[in-house]
Amino acid sequence: MGLQRFIAERKQSKDILLMAHVVCGYPSFEENLQELEIMAEAGVDLVELQFPFSEPSADGPLFVLANEQSLKSGTTVDQCFEFMKLVSGRFPFKVLMMGYYNTAFKMGEEAFVKRVKESGGVGYILPDLPIEESPKLHRLSEEAGIEPIILMTPTTSDRRLAKLGEASRGLVYVVARKGVTGSKTQMGDDVLALIERCRGHTDVPLGVGFGISSKADIDVLRGHADVAIVGTAALKIWQEGGAPALRKFFTELMA
Amino acid sequence: MDIFDFSEGREGYYGEYGGVFLPEILQATIEELLVCFRECKADPKFWQDYVALLQNYSGRPTPITHLENLSRKLGGAQIYVKRDDLNHTGSHKINNVMGQGLLCQRLGKSKVIAETGAGQHGFATATMAAKFGFECKIYMGAVDVARQRPNVFWMENLGAQVIAVEDGQKTLKDAVNECMRDWVTNMADTHYILGTACGPHPFPEMVSWFQSIIGLEAREQMLKQAGRLPDRVYACVGGGSNAMGIFQGFIDDDVELIGSEGGGHGVGSYMHSSRLAYDDATVGVAQGYKTYFLQNDEGNMNETHSVAAGLDYIGVNPIFAHLHDQGKVRFEAATDVEVKEALKLTMRTEGLIPALESTHAFVTAIKEAPTMGKDQIILINQSGRGDKDIFTIADALDDAKWKSFIGGKADQYRAENN
Ligand SMILES: Cc1ncc(COP(=O)(O)O)c(C=O)c1O
Repeated sequence: MGLQRFIAERKQSKDILLMAHVVCGYPSFEENLQELEIMAEAGVDLVELQFPFSEPSADGPLFVLANEQSLKSGTTVDQCFEFMKLVSGRFPFKVLMMGYYNTAFKMGEEAFVKRVKESGGVGYILPDLPIEESPKLHRLSEEAGIEPIILMTPTTSDRRLAKLGEASRGLVYVVARKGVTGSKTQMGDDVLALIERCRGHTDVPLGVGFGISSKADIDVLRGHADVAIVGTAALKIWQEGGAPALRKFFTELMA
Repeated sequence: MDIFDFSEGREGYYGEYGGVFLPEILQATIEELLVCFRECKADPKFWQDYVALLQNYSGRPTPITHLENLSRKLGGAQIYVKRDDLNHTGSHKINNVMGQGLLCQRLGKSKVIAETGAGQHGFATATMAAKFGFECKIYMGAVDVARQRPNVFWMENLGAQVIAVEDGQKTLKDAVNECMRDWVTNMADTHYILGTACGPHPFPEMVSWFQSIIGLEAREQMLKQAGRLPDRVYACVGGGSNAMGIFQGFIDDDVELIGSEGGGHGVGSYMHSSRLAYDDATVGVAQGYKTYFLQNDEGNMNETHSVAAGLDYIGVNPIFAHLHDQGKVRFEAATDVEVKEALKLTMRTEGLIPALESTHAFVTAIKEAPTMGKDQIILINQSGRGDKDIFTIADALDDAKWKSFIGGKADQYRAENN
């Protein structure tokens, strides 16, 4: 089933979906699996599996450290795909590859698309790959039936939003604010106005992320966005309080 | 030949290298920068102001020196040196920085950020920011902060905030990442003064344009002083800005252009920063552009090394990747050991103290000069002066008197603190 249809079906029983994030191999693949079990139990709908990269220039301090530590402990691209396969087979949520373009570029775009598909991934998020550079990758993805997730941001002009909207498939990632991953976003009128602006340029579902860390944040988005995206907050909770804290965090988020 | 005449739909590409690989959030900022740069480049007045500023503030044109002693000693080609070390702040970095400072004024931004390796670019940026009244933050790998204290001292005293970057290898590439992170947050009032001809378009073109002043001057000076153009021109290559600068003066002439990279511990050591001279680098995409990077099969960057902090970098400017493919520029490497020897020779025979970075160009030139005829001419770009490297050089020379001086200073500070 395609990503867009999956989101539509899940939305019949709840008013906003949740997408979570883990950095593959950090703190370890075993702990990733424990985190994902908790996410699945709580009813998380989508998960980004971040493939670690040595130059994560769009990430904030916690994910930077996670990328670095994961690579230091020997994580390979192959392991990440194997993990994706395991996870997509075991859990009801859908899985997306998240990472930097060089990972795909070095494998070759054909091999990358093939591998995401074979591993049960429904799409990928490559934040440093602008649409000007992606026609071939998008074509290959369409042929394979996976979705490139396009990002729309507060600094994107209307002219450019129109262009992005045209290329959007499956899900659009609306970046709630400037900056890198990690720090808090004031979820308010600015974000809602941005969502409206993006909505004017695409019919695919909108996911909103960057700095979402509480049920209150999600409540603001309810009725405006289709998916709330939680990244750094969950990793922070896991590091501070382990499984019980993460279970509590997701249970509260989904309440 | 104009390498910057892009064909339709290939703006910012040099062959298959270059481009813009940035997060969506920065697309508007890079577009704004490109538009502003195009205006500046098309405006003769902008270039006049730029040249005047460098004349009045930095001592341009820098001279060309004929190294008669060294030429005689080596017994081959006549060696000339373009003296960009005589710039204010001691290196060619000031050229690019002053240019981008003027551009930043046009952009109407009040803050600047910059990455720095050796600290020369950070030093130049802090200087420019003090003069122009910009708020200034310099990102510098923690390893480089430790080995380039004199430049950190000056940056801070010029009013810049120096931030030691603790991520990754804690060197230049990590400082670039940290600048990107600052920029995606603060782009509304902040201009990123990238220090070399790397990164996303238009930086490679823009930095090369500002640095072309070196080659413009050098060509004219060689004709006047030596009576003709050199047979070969040598420059060290970190990101490639000083080399692009001097090479542009000779690119349409029958002059061989040679770039000298950081050979570190040598070929096969995997402890070097030679992207083109050695066979270890492959094409990849990182830090906003596509070029040759020292990376593994999965696209993660390898550790790099050079005795010269300013050459210790994973990637090379995309223009050079292309010119290398086309055979228009030859690339060689100089090892740490060769650099120390060449530095000693240059100091003793000519009284010149090139920066460790620039000494890489001297190594290759000194190797090749004896194989050339006495009627042949070579030109070396001395991109910077070695004063900043006094700690590294003193260590390399194992200078006992220096060590005892530093030991004495340390004792004195310790006593003051107690
Ligand atoms: C004196 C000097 N020369 C050369 C370089 C290398 O940079 P590029 O290759 O951009 O000229 C540096 C960099 O810090 C430097 O300080």
